[in-house]
Amino acid sequence: MTEGKTHVASLDAQHELAVEDPSGIELADQHASARKMTLNMGPQHPSTHGVLRVVLELDGETILKARPEIGYLHTGIEKECEVKKYQQVVPLTDRVDYLSNLNNNLCYSLAVERLLGLEIPPMAQWMRVMLCELTRVSSHLIWLGTHALDIGAMSVYFYCFREREEIMKVFEMFSGQRMMTSYIRPGGLALEPPRGWHKVVSNLQERLARGIDEYENLLASNPIWVNRTKGVGMLPVDTMIELGVTGPMLRAAGVKTDARKDFPHSSYELFDFDVPTRKANDVYARFEVRIEEMRQSMRIVKQALDGMPAGRWQADAPHILLPDREQMKTQMESLIYHFKIVTEGYRVPAGSVYQVVESPRGELGYYVVSDGTANPHRVFMRTPSFGNLQSLGAMLEGVLIADSIAVMGSMDFVLGDVDR
Amino acid sequence: MLPEVLSENATALAISQQLPDAIVDAQMAADGPVFFIRPSQIVAVCRFLKDSGFEQISGITGVDWWPKEPRFEVIYLLHSLRHNARVRLSVRLGEHDESESVCCVWRGANWYEREVFDLFGISFRNHPNLERIMMPADWEGYPLRKDYPVHGHKYSYQEE
Repeated sequence: MTEGKTHVASLDAQHELAVEDPSGIELADQHASARKMTLNMGPQHPSTHGVLRVVLELDGETILKARPEIGYLHTGIEKECEVKKYQQVVPLTDRVDYLSNLNNNLCYSLAVERLLGLEIPPMAQWMRVMLCELTRVSSHLIWLGTHALDIGAMSVYFYCFREREEIMKVFEMFSGQRMMTSYIRPGGLALEPPRGWHKVVSNLQERLARGIDEYENLLASNPIWVNRTKGVGMLPVDTMIELGVTGPMLRAAGVKTDARKDFPHSSYELFDFDVPTRKANDVYARFEVRIEEMRQSMRIVKQALDGMPAGRWQADAPHILLPDREQMKTQMESLIYHFKIVTEGYRVPAGSVYQVVESPRGELGYYVVSDGTANPHRVFMRTPSFGNLQSLGAMLEGVLIADSIAVMGSMDFVLGDVDR
Repeated sequence: MLPEVLSENATALAISQQLPDAIVDAQMAADGPVFFIRPSQIVAVCRFLKDSGFEQISGITGVDWWPKEPRFEVIYLLHSLRHNARVRLSVRLGEHDESESVCCVWRGANWYEREVFDLFGISFRNHPNLERIMMPADWEGYPLRKDYPVHGHKYSYQEE
């Protein structure tokens, strides 16, 4: 099965084995060192979901040591941010974690808004919450589909991608883009929500709420799934916390932490939802937590649909937001603001802020430093995948190679998010 | 002597009681106070804060203030799950200064410090494995420094 793909043994180790004992039998005790093999997994490996390289030191099928090597997808986004204007950074944040772009948009926008001291109208805040929860579901669906595919359950993949496409259609309806939406911007939303959005989203909400049970049924009691995931990939909770693990992985270890509850933002405090936790701390527990999170997200979307406040989708801040097209043609002031924003950008008061949101993968933080000009002096992205991946080495020690696929899948990292 | 902005901050008071001259300066940021720590005492402060509940290091990063002096700032983002609190520490460093690694306090500091080393060129003493993490091992220069160009670095793929 999965291990077949990973047999790219280093030539030296293979050679040694062949010379010492062609049959490979009785090698165990006499030549323990010769049994050690270094195996390179990735950077082009389907189950690493991107370009992650893991150097494995093996004793037979057992991993003695695993060393993740990252940086293959380093694009210098943080450096790029420093030469962009504040509003031009938003499309870059989409491309960090490309499976949960709206959460990245939100985090960056909240950080800039805090530096500016902007108040966002309730309608925009609720809309942000609704879209971010849909993003969470779409991200979890991709995780579920690919994770199940890695372990060998193919059909789940198709169902997950079918539903995810429906969510993408909603994003396209709102912003004109399926993935790189850039819909949440400092000051509110990019565009007015389209006509008829309420009906489309409530249909989707009903469909997804039903669908989640289906996906769970497909896997939860499947004996192969259970055998491959239960009791695999455990690590002591203290070690996980110390290594910087956050999000569903930490919640599956029994730590009730969620930035939406702990550091409320964007009026999350007005929504009624639970933070699911499990005690088992294995791959199966992470599966359970994420499935339950999708249900909670659907609860939040339902509440947002029922109670969406009326009002503007943007703050009243003409010096930051582009004016209405009509006004620009009739009012001198709007024309001037438009010219100023497009050519010079807007200045943000000097200072620094660290803003946290709960992305589908865990704690997403943007540390933005302003020096009073129209370009950010420094943007640091504290991405959840980076912290989570740091625990991979410790988590793979003593695990079978085949299980390493399950462990990596359960971490749900996005390499764009790790390398930035 | 504790800076005035911090006179009512419990964490700052606790630090100054234990390590009287550790906090050299403070600022009020949009999301809470920032403590500027004396470079020689960063490990002691981190260990003290970890023992008092800040069990997770959310991130370590740098800021380059070139051409101002001191040039660098290293930022430590601390998170306490137990007390649901966050603290931001900052250490100001000159261009050729080294900092002390806090890997002995949190294992999770390892990759973050490697990243700061890789992208800013700030060294950390007593780090278990201070190598480049994002850039190739033979890369020259430190990309996130302000005097490093965004475009037009000497290496170009088109010339090959």
